[in-house]
Amino acid sequence: MKQYTDTIKATAKRLLEDGTVDCFIGFRKGTMPMINHPVVITDAAKADTLYWDGNCGNNLALYLTGRKADEKIGIVATGCVSRNINLLIAEGQVTREQLYIVGAPCKGMIERRSVEAAVGHREILSVNEEGEKLIVEGKGFKEELNRADHLQRNCVTCRHHNPVEHNDILGSEVSEPAEAPVFTDLEEAAAKSDEDRWNFFQQTFESCIRCYACRNACPMCYCPTCFVDEAKPQWVGKSSDKVDTMTFHFLRAFHLAGRCTDCGACERVCPVDIPVRYLTNKLNRDAQEFYDYSAGLVAGERPLLDQYKLTDIEDFIK
Amino acid sequence: MTSKRFTKEAWGKAVEGLRESYKVWVPAKEGAHHFFKEYTDDITPDFEATKTRMSPKHTVFPQSERMFEYSLESSDADANIMKDTPKDYSPQAVVGVRPCDAYSFNLVKINFDNKEYRDPWWANRYESTTFIGMGCNEPCSTCFCDSVGSGPFDEKGLDVLVYDMGDAYVAKALNEKGEKALAAMNGGQDAAEADLTAAADMAAKVEAPSKVPTDKLRSQKLNDLYDADFWDELASGCLNCGACTFACPTCWCFDIQDESWNREGEVRKRQGDRIRNWDSCMFPLFTLHASGHNPRGLKVQRVRQRFMHKLKYYVDKYDGGTLCVGCGRCVEACPVNIDIRQVFELMNDFSK
Repeated sequence: MKQYTDTIKATAKRLLEDGTVDCFIGFRKGTMPMINHPVVITDAAKADTLYWDGNCGNNLALYLTGRKADEKIGIVATGCVSRNINLLIAEGQVTREQLYIVGAPCKGMIERRSVEAAVGHREILSVNEEGEKLIVEGKGFKEELNRADHLQRNCVTCRHHNPVEHNDILGSEVSEPAEAPVFTDLEEAAAKSDEDRWNFFQQTFESCIRCYACRNACPMCYCPTCFVDEAKPQWVGKSSDKVDTMTFHFLRAFHLAGRCTDCGACERVCPVDIPVRYLTNKLNRDAQEFYDYSAGLVAGERPLLDQYKLTDIEDFIK
Repeated sequence: MTSKRFTKEAWGKAVEGLRESYKVWVPAKEGAHHFFKEYTDDITPDFEATKTRMSPKHTVFPQSERMFEYSLESSDADANIMKDTPKDYSPQAVVGVRPCDAYSFNLVKINFDNKEYRDPWWANRYESTTFIGMGCNEPCSTCFCDSVGSGPFDEKGLDVLVYDMGDAYVAKALNEKGEKALAAMNGGQDAAEADLTAAADMAAKVEAPSKVPTDKLRSQKLNDLYDADFWDELASGCLNCGACTFACPTCWCFDIQDESWNREGEVRKRQGDRIRNWDSCMFPLFTLHASGHNPRGLKVQRVRQRFMHKLKYYVDKYDGGTLCVGCGRCVEACPVNIDIRQVFELMNDFSK
């Protein structure tokens, strides 16, 4: 991780100094354990504040949309982030020429909630990554955990840890697991009766506070006005009514059909721990099964629902 | 004023018994976090809980509150006539509230109940609420209450202060409301002078781990801070989600919405409601004018609004400190680690 951090600092400094980029998107070390602070810097003197470790699970591609068309941008990209970059280019939100992509082969991001649970929710004051270990310390305790046991759920099922598009790369590529990923939550939900699944949806989204962190953390949610913010006319109620809340979650997921890289940012940022990835991931699985499609793997490829192939299944046409 | 000593078991029973005369709110665990929940039969209170994920502001100021309603059934005699929605102002007690959270209601009161305006729903519910607070023996690492006018055993917002003495709780009534609540709690014994001395000695040693500077916020020039060079970078990583403002005990902004519904199975099938919902200065609809113009249309303007409101506008307008009680919730809830403790430093120590 230190090597990544050092290279990011040096690269950002060089790119900002020589004018290759106008801004650089990366992370700073957080003020608390297991969270870092995404930041857009424009001053080469601040390149030294950049940082990298296993707590960089926010998707930096988020910060690429809504920028000036002539702005040159440096960005650190893991596998999923690079796939989102491909998608944003295909959707006309940014051009490849604007970007300098610093690829970061990724070993998966740490799931804060899992580490917190592993130490019985005692307050954690520091977490250090030492190779394959996590050293977790708090007042009166110090525990050693296996890093691999505490990864974000999307990182466990990820098969694209290496950036698919980059100008520079921070280290050698990591190996991908050979076995196919298992989506236990999807399988469990699929086995439920309609009624049980409906109850499961209701329970899952019951605690939502409508802060929209999931939507706002997603690089693919860049509509100038989201349907839930539409006021003239109003599409969705703004109160904490459960029907409105579920409408938000379902429609948001459908907007991401064939556009989601399962980066996990939505689930990571939820302040009340809702497993929001369940819905998007169901659609990802459908895209995979029905169309053999994974979003953003190929530069220049149109989004799934924006293309037509003669091989598309059409058995729904009777 | 009365003081009582309860064994921990007796305390649990006393709080349960309080439900006979009060609607009781308690911290309870849901998933990985604690939340203030209405104490019903299926709730297990956890008085060892440190910081609830969301503040207890919803006990007085619900996230969504129906203000008025009207029938949309044309056959109803009162169709389309807006009426006050009946409200529940029966006595309620928030038990296990932390001193910083209780103090937040004192700050928020300036907005809802002052010489010019009185928000009947907030004020009536606040007046019907008794705050039975739990002092903080071990504040969390993100806490900075004693830098901003509160403290781990601050009594200002409380009616009863409870000290956790390890094997027992010592509860001290602080006013008439507290006396009344304590009288309704069965099972304790009158606390001895030694209990109170031990409690006070213990409390005197506790400090919040985090500190923030506030001494120069008042004297900073408002326009200098508004135009300060740090906002762009500070806001650059912000998601503009509402996690900070919704978790915050002092964020009081609300938005009023009209909604109508048509549901099968309800007594009145079609009804219109005027609802007020928590708003957030992070949201694109916040301060959006009817003309379509928004004076805070950009992310950086929204972020600046949040911090300027708490640490400058409020400070200047009321001269009573910041609109922040140092609970540290926004520090913990922010998905991108925007840390208000650093913003205190940026704003307080700013020089042009």
